[in-house]
Amino acid sequence: MDFRADHFSLFGLDQAFRLDLSDLDSRYRDIQAQVHPDRFVNAGDAERRMSMQWATHANEAYLTLKKPLERAKYLLHLAGHDIQAENNTAMPTDFLMEQMEWREAVMEARQGGDHHELEHLHNRLRSDINARFEELAALFDLNDHVAATDRVRRLMFLEKLLHEIDDALASLEE
Amino acid sequence: MALFQIAEPGESAAPHEHKLAIGIDLGTTNSLVATVRSGISICLSDDQGRPLLPSVVRYHADGSTEVGYDAQTKQAVDPRNTIVSVKRFMGRGLKDIAHVESMPYDFIEAPGMVKVKTIAGIKSPVEVSAEILKSLKLRAETALAGDLVGAVITVPAYFDDAQRQATKDAARLAGLNVLRLLNEPTAAAIAYGLDNGAEGVYAVYDLGGGTFDISILKLTKGVFEVLSTGGDSALGGDDFDHRIFCWVIEQTKLQPLSPEDGRLLMMRCREAKEYLTNNPEAPITARLSTGEMVDIKLDVATFASIAQTLISKTMQPVKKALRDAGLRAEDIKGVVMVGGATRMPQVQKAVGDFFRQEPLTNLDPDKVVALGAATQANLLVGNKTGQDDWLLLDVTPLSLGLETMGGLTEKVIPRNSTIPTARAQEFTTFKDGQTAMAIHVVQGERELVSDCRSLARFELRGIPPMVAGAARIRVTFQVDADGLLAVAAREQTTGIEASVTVKPSYGLSDDEIAGMLKDSMTHAKDDAINRALKEAIVEAQRMIEATEAAMKEDPHLLNETETAKILATIAKLTASMQGNNRRLINIAMDDLGFETQEFAHRRMDQSIKKVLSGRKVDDIKMGEDA
Repeated sequence: MDFRADHFSLFGLDQAFRLDLSDLDSRYRDIQAQVHPDRFVNAGDAERRMSMQWATHANEAYLTLKKPLERAKYLLHLAGHDIQAENNTAMPTDFLMEQMEWREAVMEARQGGDHHELEHLHNRLRSDINARFEELAALFDLNDHVAATDRVRRLMFLEKLLHEIDDALASLEE
Repeated sequence: MALFQIAEPGESAAPHEHKLAIGIDLGTTNSLVATVRSGISICLSDDQGRPLLPSVVRYHADGSTEVGYDAQTKQAVDPRNTIVSVKRFMGRGLKDIAHVESMPYDFIEAPGMVKVKTIAGIKSPVEVSAEILKSLKLRAETALAGDLVGAVITVPAYFDDAQRQATKDAARLAGLNVLRLLNEPTAAAIAYGLDNGAEGVYAVYDLGGGTFDISILKLTKGVFEVLSTGGDSALGGDDFDHRIFCWVIEQTKLQPLSPEDGRLLMMRCREAKEYLTNNPEAPITARLSTGEMVDIKLDVATFASIAQTLISKTMQPVKKALRDAGLRAEDIKGVVMVGGATRMPQVQKAVGDFFRQEPLTNLDPDKVVALGAATQANLLVGNKTGQDDWLLLDVTPLSLGLETMGGLTEKVIPRNSTIPTARAQEFTTFKDGQTAMAIHVVQGERELVSDCRSLARFELRGIPPMVAGAARIRVTFQVDADGLLAVAAREQTTGIEASVTVKPSYGLSDDEIAGMLKDSMTHAKDDAINRALKEAIVEAQRMIEATEAAMKEDPHLLNETETAKILATIAKLTASMQGNNRRLINIAMDDLGFETQEFAHRRMDQSIKKVLSGRKVDDIKMGEDA
């Protein structure tokens, strides 16, 4: 096994968007049980260093595969499709209009201190995002990386919005 | 979980040898030491049968100290030289410390961490804490009649890098081998989870003397996984005492008190708070040095209103931790109460109301952290009893980042990342011909650098002059299993590097530690050099045992040349241990480390392959996620 091997093969998995989270969890724990620094407290320097690197690597790989958006981005990266999140912000008008409506609704709820409405928006957005991940999975099944790249970029907008709603909820609670 | 053990030198060499390891809860108010005996974790008591050691240190003019109950009884007599709640000063500057005005100490502002002027000289909080740790170490050595292999020291989960580093420094100063810094709520979860065979998601609400932590943990077969943590490292039982104190002053319209009277009255306030746990009303009486008599009664209702603000202050981090874990109160299967301050019925009620369930109080809230720490220490040194094995996955409490243009924070490692973790970020120069870059490492959640804690500043020099934006500077953050940060910067096109273990800007440099060690040694009529040599020999021995055990276990991973080379290096190290030159031993250890690096890598590969074999990729169920 190579330290530079991709995250899927670290866990003995095929490169695929669809994955069983509880299976990933148990593979991750099995690997951490082998490499975690707590297993090497008595070991020599070289092994202790190695253990920290491996445990760090396993954590990073796990985090990447666990979150569907990160997993999708990573798969596209492996397939040579760059998301170009920073340079390529051109999105279809209807999508951008929809985004503006969402944002206005969030801002209004935040300014009005409407906790209930924010939670409602959170739940609506969450299910919208979940439906889009379903669509994304189908595109990955077809190996349509071009369309998948487009969907991933949209999802990045939506997840950012979801974070903003959560932040607004947090600030209301404080 | 069947674990394939890679390196347990003790087990391979002598399977029945029990290694002496301890867990220490270094608390704001009280400290404890525990160990595992015959498979059971127990707190070690002093010669009078008392498990608690009040975290109080009194300094005398000749440099000697009194620690614990003896010091505690003197705090109103000699308040300036009797340091209580020193944990609140660890890794803190003067401006960070609340209620300085009501403290009797002669504070001295020092870079990064405040110091206290005592009759025995200027003492840093690290030195004061080391006195407490030494006292516990001595207690353990006496009780266990042997040399300690190492200790797990607990810290509040919400302690930042400065506070953790200060704690580790104090342990080193006390001559303890720190196996791990362990978060207090996690330690409590270990003690609770193993005792109760718990499974599911639990919250640990830990309100100590000076710190508040909330951790959300997922307990599954053999794994303690911290999902999120939150807290306030300057909120605890002390603050309730202080509120009562302020109330008394307000009611009695007392003139400013002398340090002695202040300390006396504060003690009475604490006693009243504790008395109210089981009584409807508490008397607060004190005869002041001015001849004035304080005689006032505090009833439960008044106390509840005094305590209300503080208790609700703890609920914000609770909500935040739940949100960070992506959970709601009803997802929590049980709430474990930790810390003496959770004895207050008002706290239990507030927590119970929030989670809509009775909090779990079946373990002694004062002892549970030390007991969990001892259990973890026992595991770390390899004292295995049968099937007892578990894995602990903890997180960073606060985001770590860098200062960017305009005094803004760029987060590099977000809070609640599972440790160990590393993250790299690329930056560039903003001026043509810029040859140096200042790197300012900060910790905290706020946007503005000025609202975060500054951890370290260092500079990457020697960047070749290029146009603005052309240089590619990669800054790497690594957080180790103790939650401590190291930062390195590297210019990618030239490979020029700079790095810092985030420490000297506030903590103690190695030289300072060495100096303090020497000072304390001279006082104890010990020999610092001899001890350092002894430590190097122990370390070398450990390394040889580990290597030999590994070679015995996996001879097939080495070819003849490699085996011969490693054996020769071991021989060299063994020879160096006969002499009394510590540097030679260290060099030989470095050599052995270098020669075994590839071997260690192969062993790690092998163990990962082994754990993944037996699974087939096509066994995986599809489509549950996504």
